[in-house]
Amino acid sequence: MGTQAVVRWWAQAVYDLRRLRDEPLLGAAIAAIFALLLLFILYPLARVLTVSLFPDGTLTLRLYREFLGSWFIRQAFVNSVLMGVLTAVGGTLVGFLFAFTLTRTDIPGKSLLTLAAILPIISPPFVSALAIILLFGNNGLITRQLLGFQEFAIYGMRGLLLAQIFTFFPVAYLTLRGVLESLGGTLEDAAMNLGATRWKAFRRVTLPLCLPGIASALLILFIESLADFGNPLILGGSGFPVLSVQVYLQVTGMYDLPGGAALAVVLLIPSVTTFLVQRYWISRKRYVTVTGKPTRAVIRAVSQRMRWVLFIACAAVALFVLLFYATILVGAFSRAWGADHRFTLRNFGYVFGVGAQAIQDTLIIAVTSSPLAGLLGMAIAFLVIRRRFPGRQAMEFISILNFAVPGTVIGIGYILAFNQRPLLLTGTAIILVANFLFRYIPVGIQSGMAGLRQIDPAIEEAATNLGASTPVTFRRITLPLLVPAFFSGLVFSFVRAMTAISAAIFLVSADWNLMTVQILSQTEAGRLGAAAAFSVLLILIVLLAIGIIRLILGQLFEYRYQAAFG
Amino acid sequence: MSVVLESVTKTFEDPQRPAGKVTAVDGVTLEVNDGELVTLLGPSGCGKTTALRIIAGFESATSGRVLIDGQDVSAMSPHVRNTAMVFQSYAIFPHLTVAQNVAFGLEMRGRARSEIEFRVQSILELVGLAGLEHRSPEQLSGGQQQRVALARAIITEPRVLLFDEPLSNLDAKLREQMRGEVRKLQRRLAITSVYVTHDQSEAMALSDRIVVMDAGRVQQVGAPLEIYARPASRFVADFLGRVNFLEGDVTDIQPDRVSILVRGRSLEVPASRSDLRVGEAASLVVRPETIRLTQASTGVSGAFVGTIRRAVYLGSTAEYDIDWDGGTLLAVVSSPLEHGLLLEGTRIAFDFPAATAHVLPHPPGRRD
Ligand SMILES: Nc1ncnc2c1ncn2[C@@H]1O[C@H](COP(=O)(O)OP(=O)(O)O)[C@@H](O)[C@H]1O
Ligand SMILES: [Mg+2]
Repeated sequence: MGTQAVVRWWAQAVYDLRRLRDEPLLGAAIAAIFALLLLFILYPLARVLTVSLFPDGTLTLRLYREFLGSWFIRQAFVNSVLMGVLTAVGGTLVGFLFAFTLTRTDIPGKSLLTLAAILPIISPPFVSALAIILLFGNNGLITRQLLGFQEFAIYGMRGLLLAQIFTFFPVAYLTLRGVLESLGGTLEDAAMNLGATRWKAFRRVTLPLCLPGIASALLILFIESLADFGNPLILGGSGFPVLSVQVYLQVTGMYDLPGGAALAVVLLIPSVTTFLVQRYWISRKRYVTVTGKPTRAVIRAVSQRMRWVLFIACAAVALFVLLFYATILVGAFSRAWGADHRFTLRNFGYVFGVGAQAIQDTLIIAVTSSPLAGLLGMAIAFLVIRRRFPGRQAMEFISILNFAVPGTVIGIGYILAFNQRPLLLTGTAIILVANFLFRYIPVGIQSGMAGLRQIDPAIEEAATNLGASTPVTFRRITLPLLVPAFFSGLVFSFVRAMTAISAAIFLVSADWNLMTVQILSQTEAGRLGAAAAFSVLLILIVLLAIGIIRLILGQLFEYRYQAAFG
Repeated sequence: MSVVLESVTKTFEDPQRPAGKVTAVDGVTLEVNDGELVTLLGPSGCGKTTALRIIAGFESATSGRVLIDGQDVSAMSPHVRNTAMVFQSYAIFPHLTVAQNVAFGLEMRGRARSEIEFRVQSILELVGLAGLEHRSPEQLSGGQQQRVALARAIITEPRVLLFDEPLSNLDAKLREQMRGEVRKLQRRLAITSVYVTHDQSEAMALSDRIVVMDAGRVQQVGAPLEIYARPASRFVADFLGRVNFLEGDVTDIQPDRVSILVRGRSLEVPASRSDLRVGEAASLVVRPETIRLTQASTGVSGAFVGTIRRAVYLGSTAEYDIDWDGGTLLAVVSSPLEHGLLLEGTRIAFDFPAATAHVLPHPPGRRD
C-alpha cells in the first residue's frame, strides 16, 4: 500500500466513524460483535499459540522440535494429510456422481438417493464409524457372521477412509449440485447442438465449468477430513495415528496442555492454508461461472447406457448409506450385537435412564446456541454486505475463520482461554454455548450473504431513506426477507450443536454433558447397543427439530408473507 | 427548502478500470431552490444516480459539501436526512402490503396509529390507489407499483424529493401520463425535487430547470426552452433533441448580432457573444423542425437548394434527409397530411429563420 492509499483509507475510516454517530445502536452492535469475535475466536487461538511457544514462561520452540523429532507424530501428520487427500478425492468423486446424476438424468428413485446424500449431514459425524464396526468389526455382521472372518483389519486406514468418505461426500454433493444447477443445461444443449457428442459436451463444457466447484469441494473435504475426530478415534486405532486424535490424547491422556497446543498448531497450519486457498482463490473463480438463475436441468445429457451405469453406481452408494443407518437402527434394538440379535428396548432404557441428563443438557445447549448463531450470522452478513465501517473485512474474515479451525484446536483454545478468572467458564454451559455459537456461524453468514446478494439493496435503502435506522431496517426489512437463509443457518447450527464432538469433548463436564460424547464413550467401552440407541435418538431429535424450526419461522415470518401476498 | 451542492466530487475505486478508479461526479456545483423541480439529464453513466445518492446520503462525496436548507448534511446518516427517494426499481417492500409500505415512513417517525391511518388513506386517494390498501406488491401493475413508491415517499413530507429515473420501467404511454401526474403532485405539494433521467423529453416536460451532465460534469444549467434554444456546447445541442450543425466562418460581430458565412451565404444571427472572433470557424445549430421546405421550381430567393435523399413518413411529422452541397441535413415537417409528402429525389429549396439558429464557436466545446 502506498502512502496515498493509506491516507485514503484513513479518511474513509474517519468518515465512516463520523457517520456512525447518527447510529449509536449500529455503532454499539459493531463494537459488541467485534468484542465477541475477538474474545471467542481470536483469543483462544492466540492462547493456543502462546502456550505452545511459552510452555514454561519463556519463548522456546522446544515442543515443536520434540514433535518434529518424534517418529510417531511425524507419522500422524503424514497420515492426517494422506487421509485428507484420499477423503477429498473419494468424497468429491462420489459427491459429483450424485450431483451429476441427480441434476442431469431422470433415473427413478431420486428422492431416496437424495435422502442418502443428506442423511449423513444431519447425523453425528461418527455414525459411519459406528456402523462400520457393527458391520465389519471384530463382531461384525458381515465379516464375522456372514463371512466367518476371525480377524478382519477394519481398524486403520481402510476402515477410516470408508467412514470419512461416507461422512463427507454429502458436503461435496451439496456444493456441486449447486454448481451444476446454476450452470443449467442450456450450455450442454448448445454444445450438442453444435455437433458435440454427449461425452464431448461433458468433457469440453460441463466439466471445465465445474472445475472451480470441484476444486472447492476438494479443499473443503480436505479441511473436514483433517479436522475429523470421531471417526479416527473409533476406527484409527494405534496403528493409524492422526493429528486430531493425538491432540486430544496429548491433553486428556498425558495431561500435557502445552504439548497438545503445539500439536494443535501443527494441525492448524494445513487447515488454515487450505482455507485461505479455497476462499481467496478458488471461490473467486467460482463466482464467475456460477451466475444466473438455476434453470431446469437437461435430461438428455447422457445416453441410455450411461444412465444405467450412473444409476447403479449411485444406488450402490445409497444402499450402503441406508445399510449403515438400518444397522444402527437394528443395533439399537438388539440385545447384544454380534451375539444375540433378539429385539429389546433395554438399550433405550439405558439411554433414557443413565443418559437422560446428557439428552437434556444437549437440548438446552443446542436450543440456546442455534438461534443466537442464526441471528448473529444474519447480523454479520448484513453488516458486512450492506454497511460501511472500518474493519468490515476483518469482521467477515474472523467470523468465518472458525470454519477452517479443527474442533480439537478450538477445544484446547477454549480450555486455555477460559480456565481462570475473570474468564472462568470451564465446566459451565456458557463455554459449550459459546463454542457452538461461534463455530457454526460461518454457514449462516455465507447463506445470509448469498441471500442478501439476491435482494435489491434499494429495498433496504428505501427503508433507511424513510427514516429507519440500521437496526430497525434489519429487523423490519432484511430479516423477514432473509428467512430462507436464516432457516439454513439455524438448522445447520442446531444440527451441529447436536452432532459435533471434536471441540465439545474438551469442554464437557460432570454438570454439562453431551449426547455425542456419550455415544463415543459407549462405543469405546464396547456398549455398541447403547451407542446405537443414542444415535437413533439423536437423529430423531434433529429431524424433529428441523420440522419445528420450519414451523416457528413460518409462524414468525411466513405468516406475514401470507398476509402480504393474500 | 433548498438543496445546494458545492463542488461535489465522487471517485469510486474500480479495479476493473485501467486507472483503478472512476470519477462518477466531478466538481458539481448546483443550487435547487425551494419548491423547484430540477432535472439531472445526461447519458447513462454520466453520474446522475451517484449525485442523487450523495444528496440522499447513500454515498459519501469524496470532496465537496451538500447543504439542505442551509445545513451541511455531509456527515449526516441517510435515515435522519429527511429526504425521500423514488427508486428506479421502486424498491417496494415485498413482504408488506400497499398500506404498510406507504405507512412505513410515518411509523419510523413515531406517529400515532390514527394519524397514520388517516394520512395513508388520503395519500392513497391522492395517487389513485384507494381500495388497494391490502394488496401485496406482487399483485400490482407496474404503474400501480410506481404510485405506491411515490405515495410512500411524499407521505413523509420530506425536505427534498429525489427521483431516480422513476418512469423508465413503464411503457411509453403510461410514462407520459405518469410524468404529468408527478409534475402535478410536485407542484401541488411544492416539495423541492431533484429528478434524474436520461430521457430529454421527460426532462423538458417536467422541469423548472434542467442540469445537463456528461462524464460527471455539469455541461449546462437552464430552463428547458433556454437549453434547447441556446445549447452551450455541441454535446448539449446533440443530447437535447435532434440537430443540424452548419459549419461556417464568423464574418462580423456586432453587439446584438453575429454574421456567419455558410456555404457562400451570409447569415445574420441575433446574439450578443464575446466568445467568437471574426475570421474564426463557428457552427450554426439548426433544429430540424425550424427548416422550411419549398419545391425548388417555385424558387424562394436566398434559399438553399438540395435534393431529398430519404423521406420517412411518421404520421404527425415527416422527416427528410436532404443532400445538400456534399452533406446531409435533417428536416422535420409537421402535419404532412396537410402539406403532402415530398418524394425522394425531389429537388427542393429550403430555408430557416436565422433568429432560431444558435452559434457555437468552432471547434466546439474547447474552452480553456
Ligand atoms: N459503487 C460504484 N463502484 C464503482 N463505480 C461506480 C459505482 N457506482 C457508480 N459507478 C460508476 O460511476 C459512473 C456513474 O454512475 P451513475 O451515477 O450510476 O450514472 P448514471 O446514473 O448517470 O447512469 C459510472 O461509470 C459507473 O460505472
Ligand atoms: Mg442511474
